[in-house]
Amino acid sequence: MQSLILTTTTRLLAALLLMFSVYALLRGHNLPGGGFIGGLIGATAFILYTIATSVDEAQAALRVDPSNLAMAGLGVAALGGIGAGFAGDPFFTGQWLFLFRDGDSYVPLSTVLVFDIGVYMAVFGGILTLVFALEQEI
Amino acid sequence: MSWLLVYPILIPLLTAVLSYLFRNSPAGRWISVAGTVALLLASVVLMSEVLEQGVVAAQMSNWQAPFGITLVADLLGAVMVVITAITGLATVIYSLSEIPERLERLGFHALLQTLLMGVCGAFVTGDLFNLYVWFEVMLISSFGLLVLGASREQLDGGIKYVLLNLVSTIMFLAGTGLLYGLTGTLNMADLHLAVREVENTGLLTTIAVIFMVAFGVKAALFPLFFWLPASYHTPPVAVSAIFAGLLTKVGVYALIRMFTLVFDHDVAFTHTILLWAAVVTMVTGVLGAAAMNDFRRILSFHIISQIGYMVLGLALYTPLGLMGAVFYLVHHIIVKANLFFVAGVAKRIGGSTDLSRLGGLYAHAPVLAFLFLIPAFSLAGFPPLSGFWAKYVVVKAALDLEMWFVAGVSLAVGLLTIFSMTKIWGSAFWPAHPDGIKPRLSDLPMGDRMALMLPIVALAALTCIIGLFPESFVLFAERAATQLLDPTDYVTTVLGVQP
Repeated sequence: MQSLILTTTTRLLAALLLMFSVYALLRGHNLPGGGFIGGLIGATAFILYTIATSVDEAQAALRVDPSNLAMAGLGVAALGGIGAGFAGDPFFTGQWLFLFRDGDSYVPLSTVLVFDIGVYMAVFGGILTLVFALEQEI
Repeated sequence: MSWLLVYPILIPLLTAVLSYLFRNSPAGRWISVAGTVALLLASVVLMSEVLEQGVVAAQMSNWQAPFGITLVADLLGAVMVVITAITGLATVIYSLSEIPERLERLGFHALLQTLLMGVCGAFVTGDLFNLYVWFEVMLISSFGLLVLGASREQLDGGIKYVLLNLVSTIMFLAGTGLLYGLTGTLNMADLHLAVREVENTGLLTTIAVIFMVAFGVKAALFPLFFWLPASYHTPPVAVSAIFAGLLTKVGVYALIRMFTLVFDHDVAFTHTILLWAAVVTMVTGVLGAAAMNDFRRILSFHIISQIGYMVLGLALYTPLGLMGAVFYLVHHIIVKANLFFVAGVAKRIGGSTDLSRLGGLYAHAPVLAFLFLIPAFSLAGFPPLSGFWAKYVVVKAALDLEMWFVAGVSLAVGLLTIFSMTKIWGSAFWPAHPDGIKPRLSDLPMGDRMALMLPIVALAALTCIIGLFPESFVLFAERAATQLLDPTDYVTTVLGVQP
């Protein structure tokens, strides 16, 4: 069933959801948010798009196979753990880099973020793999 | 040094990712082979480190025990990782010929590597909840492997498999929760100390029995083994071989670990249950095998009967008994995976695994017949193969405790094992093929023959080596058993304090 209201709002909402998912991802670690919930929000954008249009169009918009994305996410998460090795620490020890330090303000970068990005990709890809498969069945 | 313990988990993980991304090209399967070779190398390095230094431990993320996740390897853990890598490599090479491209495109190699990761993780973890997570990883990936391709028969076996294993997982989780409530820790070394402070030993024994049931399902102990013969004969042979070799053994390993390190407060009660469960498991397994008429089904039931011997070694709870259990674990993984591989080749050239539809293997494929005899005799406990020493040690341990009945039963089960092996021999190898097929190995293309026979020859050689030069292996098993019975080294290495 095609609904004009849904397709029109989806254009807006999907973009908003994707943006918000990145915000949730970056906000994570010390505050509520992180890779898992970010990935879920991001997946919602594409699920909405799938419902409004079709699996094929959503797949075309995503460009890559979501299951590849999920597996790559697993690899990225592992890389986040491997990073600790270069500093001589045990696996998964968080490594931090504080950029642009100016008084109290700085940009913290860490291997924890790399791990979270991996989780984001794994959740995002995993959920979409499921949804695409289910939608195609119907 | 702490990274040595991470590699057995990390290497299969990265291999799984890469082989999945390249699943549509031949590169995927070669990545899988290369990754498993790397895993074998890493496990050998870990083994040599453990042999030199004693127990090694690593604290993940630098969170000190008992708060973070600890990875730890003692001799038992390290040898299990090595044997996992060996079996994994054999399976990957075998699957080069057996697994069709269709299954590879669905992610066969990624699932196989994830399974290896779960198994290795279970062997090196020093944290009970982490062990639970690895069990989940194993369950999910093995379910995936079991139903990959989704034939009706596979789904039927897969549902039984996953349902009964989920029950076990829930028991495991419930037991973990109760144990945490009672002691406030889940680090296994810390648990070793904490359970000594517990006054409510009745509750502790109850928890011990919950764990016994949970791991008993995994290990296919009587009366919890029904899922195994219902599912192991349905997937591709490479998959049943690695399942038969490794999966139940993880359950046995968990039993050995928990019932030496944590639940040793009431040995008279808990280990007596284990003893009788082991005896009944041996008998039912071998009787079930005698009643079956399918190559792989007979072998599946034999897994159950052999699990009995390992648990018997644990239940006797003497240095000799545990030594037998360790020896048996290693021996059985090699032999059982090998027998499944042979069954796969028989199916490939003879067209079936049903014994009434097989024949002529001795006349037309004598090499295969010879390679079947080695693991078959080893399984039954013929000298001078590895199975003889494994059985000898366990039976000797029972005799030392003057348990005549138990020792007698385990000898009788050995005899019955021979009976069902002769049954396979008598219908698959000896008579002519009922359909007049001449099952020749030379009919297989060269590449296929190499990929199928190489793992079989290598594993058969391994069981011969263990059988002919048992001293160093026996000494090793003895050291591993000593470590299990006196975990001081384990506890001090993990916690960094004297118990």
